[in-house]
Amino acid sequence: MSEHHGPAKGIKRWLFATNHKDIGTMYLWFSFAMFFVGGSFAMVIRAELFQPGLQLVDPQFFNQMTTMHGLVMVFGAVMPAFVGLANWLIPMMIGAPDMALPRMNNLSFWLLPVAVTMLISTFFMEGGAPAFGWTFYAPLSTTYAPPSTTFFIFGIHILGASSIMGSINILATVMNLRAPGMTYMKLPLFVWTWIITAFLLIAAMPVLAGAVTMMLMDIHFGTSFFSAAGGGDPVLFQHIFWFFGHPEVYIIILPAFGVISEIIPTFSRKPLFGYTSMVYATASIAFLSFIVWAHHMHTSGMPLAGELYFMYATMLIAVPTGVKVFNWIATMFGGALTFETPMLFSIATVFLFSMGGLTGLMLAIAPIDFAYQESYFVVAHFHYTMVAGAIFSMTAGIYYWMPKWTGKMYNETLGKAHFWIAFVGFNLTFFPQHFVGLAGMPRRIPDYALQFADFNMISSMGAFIYGGAQLFFLFIILHTIVKGKKNTDEKTWEGAHGLEWTIPSPAPFHTFTTPPTVK
Amino acid sequence: MYLSNWLKKPTFRPTAFMLSALSTNAIAAPTDRWEINLSPGVTALGQEVFDLHMIIFWICVVIGVVVFGIMGYVLIAHRKSTGRVPMTFHESTKVEIAWTIVPALILIVMVMPATKTMIKVYDTSEAELDVLITGYQWKWKYEYIDKDGGENYSFMSILSTPQAQIDGTEPKGDNYLLEVDEPLVLPVDTKTRFLLTAADVIHAWWVPALAVKKDAVPGFINEAWATPTVIGTYRGQCAELCGKDHGFMPTVVEVVSKEDFKVWLASKKEGSIINVDEKLSLEDMMAKGKTAYDKNCAACHMVTGTGIPNVFPALAGSAIAIGDVKGHIDIVLNGKPGTAMGAYGAQLKADDLAAIITYERNAWGNDTGDVVQTLDIINFKK
Repeated sequence: MSEHHGPAKGIKRWLFATNHKDIGTMYLWFSFAMFFVGGSFAMVIRAELFQPGLQLVDPQFFNQMTTMHGLVMVFGAVMPAFVGLANWLIPMMIGAPDMALPRMNNLSFWLLPVAVTMLISTFFMEGGAPAFGWTFYAPLSTTYAPPSTTFFIFGIHILGASSIMGSINILATVMNLRAPGMTYMKLPLFVWTWIITAFLLIAAMPVLAGAVTMMLMDIHFGTSFFSAAGGGDPVLFQHIFWFFGHPEVYIIILPAFGVISEIIPTFSRKPLFGYTSMVYATASIAFLSFIVWAHHMHTSGMPLAGELYFMYATMLIAVPTGVKVFNWIATMFGGALTFETPMLFSIATVFLFSMGGLTGLMLAIAPIDFAYQESYFVVAHFHYTMVAGAIFSMTAGIYYWMPKWTGKMYNETLGKAHFWIAFVGFNLTFFPQHFVGLAGMPRRIPDYALQFADFNMISSMGAFIYGGAQLFFLFIILHTIVKGKKNTDEKTWEGAHGLEWTIPSPAPFHTFTTPPTVK
Repeated sequence: MYLSNWLKKPTFRPTAFMLSALSTNAIAAPTDRWEINLSPGVTALGQEVFDLHMIIFWICVVIGVVVFGIMGYVLIAHRKSTGRVPMTFHESTKVEIAWTIVPALILIVMVMPATKTMIKVYDTSEAELDVLITGYQWKWKYEYIDKDGGENYSFMSILSTPQAQIDGTEPKGDNYLLEVDEPLVLPVDTKTRFLLTAADVIHAWWVPALAVKKDAVPGFINEAWATPTVIGTYRGQCAELCGKDHGFMPTVVEVVSKEDFKVWLASKKEGSIINVDEKLSLEDMMAKGKTAYDKNCAACHMVTGTGIPNVFPALAGSAIAIGDVKGHIDIVLNGKPGTAMGAYGAQLKADDLAAIITYERNAWGNDTGDVVQTLDIINFKK
């Protein structure tokens, strides 16, 4: 490790970054910033829904909030966060010196701020930001959309390009740069989940690009892909969107599964149970994710045979997902458990994601999905899987690897306090939404009938608590970086396993310049 | 008292407010304020869907209790602080096979009743009454199909909650946001088939008590059905995001006896005939026009005629509203393809169209002095 290979000085270090750790850091900070942007939109939504009547925003702006909340959270916060984690960890986990394609890595990061700036700039255009929901169903998103939709379309194109490049980079890295002896079936599960996610991204993002390009054509070039008046079909849009959209939710959740599959064994002091079956279960989920898309469209008017097929196929997902949950519990079974902050967030992920899984099973049953569809029950369901699944596990991952990244240990008391505030806030927000959904409250409405008032108020209070918990999280991270106790222990955690825990803390700028040998 | 009204009290304190919300209020409030479940509704199919929902729910509860029970036991019993040495086992093919097969068997148990019910949901055959439901931004049109070849009767159903209640300047009524000017009237114990479509964007017609939710897709017709068995009024809302006022287009159904339904439909058909030769003064037209405009046009073009910049054009001072009368009638009747402006010729009656156009040409300083009469509209249509 020669001295002159240190990082460049000043802004150049970041603008021209090719180091996987620097790029990983940028991804993580960027996604964290977007998490606050998307979160602030959620706060506006919950403040407006605090009580019946229109108090703060007009309905059009409310629709912009729900739309941008979804888009920013999915494309700006959660996806880049896991790419950031992959950048930091995959080379360190497989014994590689860096990512295989470092310059492309730089490009795939720097496209993100460009795309998100385009997306956010729509707020300042006449007619306002997109207001047709993050699922942007045509023709509301074409013929009836504000002029800013064109910016949204190009934003999505750029985000897709960034994701595809990131995925290619991850695959190239894992396929070519594994240390001697690191066979595929020895890869840490986090790496495995990312291999599979990368394949999903490469397959799904072009489909999304196709959907938005067809929108662009319908808006500006006189085509009628999604307009019945010109021989098209609005429901075609939904098929294309969900052919991307369903794999997308697994793109979000599979790396999250990978993270907790690393953390749970560490704090159970016991190897992961059923490693092989975990890999196969992940691959099965990924495969199934491509053949179940229309379960998002049960009320759209599919033929009966379609309804039944998509119900059966969707129910099948419960099997590999169940296998994963059982494996995590079996990993803990017979271990010697301790409950540091990363473990608390991981256990909460298993518990709350499983709740989302059970409501998912209910939603899979087509005839009763007719009752749940487009109600708050769905909102509750997917926040249990996406927030408690992806964001809780991401939080767990940050607490878990931060001592390795920064060489500083976070304050355990603050971390645990953060966990409990987030746990209570999250459940207070989303659990009552099951109730109002079943009682008949549609989603995406700025105002509601009086019988939904009480649960909505509780939900809003929970949301403010959960939002506050994130500010606290920011404080804890800054506190750790500035004032945290030095962590020079390579292993850091008693039960830690894997190559990233064999290098010094903090991780030096270059690691594994000579590959380790894996037995 | 509604929980939210506490906020308006000058003495509002968050803690006291939370406590009161959870104690006294819960007792005083009507039960549906804390409704936490689906309703079986008033149809046999709804009851079947509800029963299926409860079966699946309890299966999920049992799975949850078993899985989380074991997990909870592990979290407590296998703590490091109990002085344990961790075991080292990490795989078992037998166990993996078991927990793949058992869930699969549970799924088979679920699939059988689900398939049976699903087939019923799709059985729209042998309906005695057909109603064509068309979704518009942001109202519903109901059309009773006359199977004997006579005139169909149709009308628009629009939110009737006053804006003042929404803005909070007036107390909110019991059916806040769930009330319309004219509900869909259905006969009891009659299998009714709903034919659903839309004129602009996708909407979804949802009445929980009838166990009906189906997308209304422009250019396509979807089908759903219900046989309501109890006389009463049932309320729901649009369930598919359809733009600005998606939250403000309720679905209200009034189920009446078969005899009442016959009488109602006959009298409505009679009353829907308009006097084509009626001529109104500018003043009368303006009064009639304002009512019709506020109901049908103000959602986009605003009560003030100012529209929303770059989304919905202003009418005050617009080239169309102060220009050629024919052009004005044309755009109102035929709409503007490729934009949110719909064709109102098929939606509204000629006398209302005449009043609206007259109003638009004379309100907000447009002052053209033009009066468009019912006959002008009818002649234009020819």
